[in-house]
Amino acid sequence: MGTFIARRLLYSIPVLIAASFLVFFGMSLVTDPLSQLRLIPNMSQDTLQNIIDRKHLDDPIFIQYAFWVKDMFFNGFGSTAIGNKPIWPDLQRAIGNTLQLVLISELIAIVLAVILGVLSAKKQYSIFDYTTTTISFFGFSVPIFWFALVLQALATTFFLRTGIRLFYTFGQSSLNAANPFLDRVQHMVLPIVTLAYVNVATYSRYQRASMLDVLHSDYIRTARAKGLSERTVTMKHALRNALIPIVTVAALNFGAVLGGAVITETIFAWPGMGKFFIDSLIRGEVHTLMAWLMVTAVAVILANLVADIIYGLLDPRIRYD
Amino acid sequence: MTEPVLAIRDLVVEFDTQDGVVHAVDGVSYEVYPGETLGVVGESGSGKSVTVLAALGLIQMPPGRIARGQVLYKGRDIVGLPIDELRKIRNKEIAMIFQDPMTSLNPVFTVGNQIAEALLAHNDNMSSDQARAESVGLLDMVGVPNPDRRFDQYPHEYSGGMRQRAMIAMAMANKPSVLIADEPTTALDVTIQAQVLEVMKVAAEETGAATIMITHDLGVVAEMADRISVMYGGKVVETGTVEDLYHSPRHPYTLGLMMSLPRITGDLTRLLPIPGNPPSLISRPPGCSFHPRCRMSEGRELCRTVVPELAEVSEKHFSACHFWDEVADEVLREAAATGMSAREGRLD
Amino acid sequence: MTDQQVHPDEALETEVTRAALDSVHLEGLEIQSLTQWQLARRKFFQHRLAMTALVILTVVAVAALFADYIAPYPFDAPNVPDRSLAPTFEGFHIFGTDKIGRDYFSRTLYGTRTSLYVAFIVASVSTFLGIVIGGIAGYYGGKVDNLLMRMTDLFLVVPFLAVLLVLSAFLGAGNPVRVAFILAVLFWTGLARIVRGEFLGLREKEFVEAAKVLGASDSRIIFRHILPNTVGPIIVNATLIVATAILVEAALSFLGFGIQPPFPALGKLISDGQDSLTTQWWLATFPGLTIVLIALCINFIGDGLRDALDPKQRIR
Repeated sequence: MGTFIARRLLYSIPVLIAASFLVFFGMSLVTDPLSQLRLIPNMSQDTLQNIIDRKHLDDPIFIQYAFWVKDMFFNGFGSTAIGNKPIWPDLQRAIGNTLQLVLISELIAIVLAVILGVLSAKKQYSIFDYTTTTISFFGFSVPIFWFALVLQALATTFFLRTGIRLFYTFGQSSLNAANPFLDRVQHMVLPIVTLAYVNVATYSRYQRASMLDVLHSDYIRTARAKGLSERTVTMKHALRNALIPIVTVAALNFGAVLGGAVITETIFAWPGMGKFFIDSLIRGEVHTLMAWLMVTAVAVILANLVADIIYGLLDPRIRYD
Repeated sequence: MTEPVLAIRDLVVEFDTQDGVVHAVDGVSYEVYPGETLGVVGESGSGKSVTVLAALGLIQMPPGRIARGQVLYKGRDIVGLPIDELRKIRNKEIAMIFQDPMTSLNPVFTVGNQIAEALLAHNDNMSSDQARAESVGLLDMVGVPNPDRRFDQYPHEYSGGMRQRAMIAMAMANKPSVLIADEPTTALDVTIQAQVLEVMKVAAEETGAATIMITHDLGVVAEMADRISVMYGGKVVETGTVEDLYHSPRHPYTLGLMMSLPRITGDLTRLLPIPGNPPSLISRPPGCSFHPRCRMSEGRELCRTVVPELAEVSEKHFSACHFWDEVADEVLREAAATGMSAREGRLD
Repeated sequence: MTDQQVHPDEALETEVTRAALDSVHLEGLEIQSLTQWQLARRKFFQHRLAMTALVILTVVAVAALFADYIAPYPFDAPNVPDRSLAPTFEGFHIFGTDKIGRDYFSRTLYGTRTSLYVAFIVASVSTFLGIVIGGIAGYYGGKVDNLLMRMTDLFLVVPFLAVLLVLSAFLGAGNPVRVAFILAVLFWTGLARIVRGEFLGLREKEFVEAAKVLGASDSRIIFRHILPNTVGPIIVNATLIVATAILVEAALSFLGFGIQPPFPALGKLISDGQDSLTTQWWLATFPGLTIVLIALCINFIGDGLRDALDPKQRIR
């Protein structure tokens, strides 16, 4: 197991290097971090030259990349081009904030999806099955940003009509909240619902399909022929096998969402990784974008590794050596 | 004569499909007596597996349904029993072995766990230690070496023959009165088949269970069975002792089966296939469902219009052919046609 | 005896299929079979939801295509006296108007046209790329295959939406064709993986071996023997790409990285309405509902096609 993890991590190093270099190269080609400064009239040449020297912008691309790698390892991803602001503290905060959203919404999505998928499969072609199927089809047909706006509109309308603040539609916390925990929850509910809804739709379809597949397999017939109760057949024999595909799907998605809850975070002004990314993009800051990319890529790789480990725990046929 | 331990009476099983109702089993009757082995022979689609699966409630309902008939276990009809009642019968009274031991064992649980589970499901007071000890004993009985170690292994760590032995151990766990084996050796290598059959035989003898052996392999049937029921198109077309069916079949389909067998002794150089295809189970030919493939039916109105019932040929020997008495002559003709030495109209 | 190792359920299935193929039961032996396509078509037409979706989508698409004739107002003409009207039949402002009096029904219609146009290009280009690259990788294996798999690995590491945003931010989107090509550049990888898998499997099949033995050329084997067998998954996937492309394009345009004025886009219409969600609810509602309707229709059609063409891959 230890060697398996070590090997997988080693294998991912070239992928990381390739991805980081390609993106670094591509972005250095098309962006000019100084473009906004240059627009400012009477900008002193010295200031610009300072930034160019500090970021080695006149050096060949490989040298720039080497400096960036050095910064990443020894300087916490270095600092922004404009303002010379250290990147790591901001990034750290963004990771924390995103983790709060993503962990909770993924947990809700997986639990709900497993329950819905299993019940749908057990009662295939029932009204329940048709209802969940229809709702999940809506789930992957609704643009996530529009769904978020609808939630916002509903919450705001409710507040305007009743004067009761159930959920906040913006930001992470209020100033001077009487109960900071409750306040945080009120801020989190809508973004979490948004993130969870789309994932429940996708995951529950996977869960239903794999459960149906398993329920028609020979070993389920054997389990029934043994005289086991339907409950044991479902909860022991079928579920364990049917969970295997969803683990992979959820893990892949988890990594992606971690870096890319861009839309949800933008709409709800949640100061996480997605917002960090969009802000960097708008400012044309190559170094903050690169920092974001590395964290996200590592998250994806780790999520995949975790998926494989869980996979191995669920299925004894998979062996790591 | 003793009572049959399991009797299937006029069982009709249907499946609703997009293309219409499939009559998978169309009025099947057969029975098995204590200690005896009944072979059920037929092509795929003849309904031989569906009959027993339906009897134990193991087909999906819907789309499947038992439209008519009885399944009498020790005289009690178990069709339509509430699922909890039926569950007490499964494995404890009537146990099954399936075709492919690779897919019939759950890959994510140990073999021992899956055997012990059968014991625990039917013995409320059994501790898990007892269940383990008994399971190890069962594995030993079916000839799995190092049973104590093998108990904790997963199915993928077993070979095909060993897996089927484990399936037999699982089936015998509660000493059932009836053991149903559905193509138990089809998925196995030829060299392993004989061993597994032997294990089944011994296991059945030790527990005194009656055995229903479902197969398309006439060699297996000859080896194992006391009596044979031949199924075609969802019906039993001929029933009799092994002797009766191998030496003097009284249904043209059975005859065709026998003629299509390779023989070591005969000087026959080519096998005789049965012409045509098995009947459609959705819209069955009227009359005898075998008539489109039967040479004897040529020019006979009766075969095309009237469904033949099982008629008694001799004691214990029944045939569902209007003209069963002509089959003996047909044997001679077939034999002549192939240049096989025919001795008193017998095939051997 | 012809019995092989057939699972009872499978045996039953072959029986059912055979019965379906058997048009002359009474004669017993004569089998006139429907071709695979006829069967698939029949299956699709029987899928009621998919058929309904197809009809609705056709109506929407035709209306969008002829927006120039159908739209009651021009896309971008302000009409201050009629500003901020809630949906009304007066003047046929059924989706209402915005702050400067532009008719939102007309705007939505034109936006739909752009969306469908972009999605169509994305599906065509990425399907073409996917088939060519996936096919080469699957058929020849080796270096091309390795390169493809590493490339898709790269795409897996970086969130898809982020790559799109970076590309459109720096390549400069704005115009629908550019947005479409940026999307297509990313969308082909999924299909390429599927095509590669199918080709890998089919390459080893007996009928391909047979064709090789008979001296068929590579191109003949690919186009005559392998490709026709992968059409099912390809069509299903292309359909789903259309749905995804519409959603992703809308998201990009909403965030301001996709299609930009003067080109009409549904995502942009929604973001225009974002500031007045509670006062002028209709601005964000109708373009949003239109996207949902289109995506839903396409997903249902995809589901029906999957049932008919690719029964192995039932996921959704």
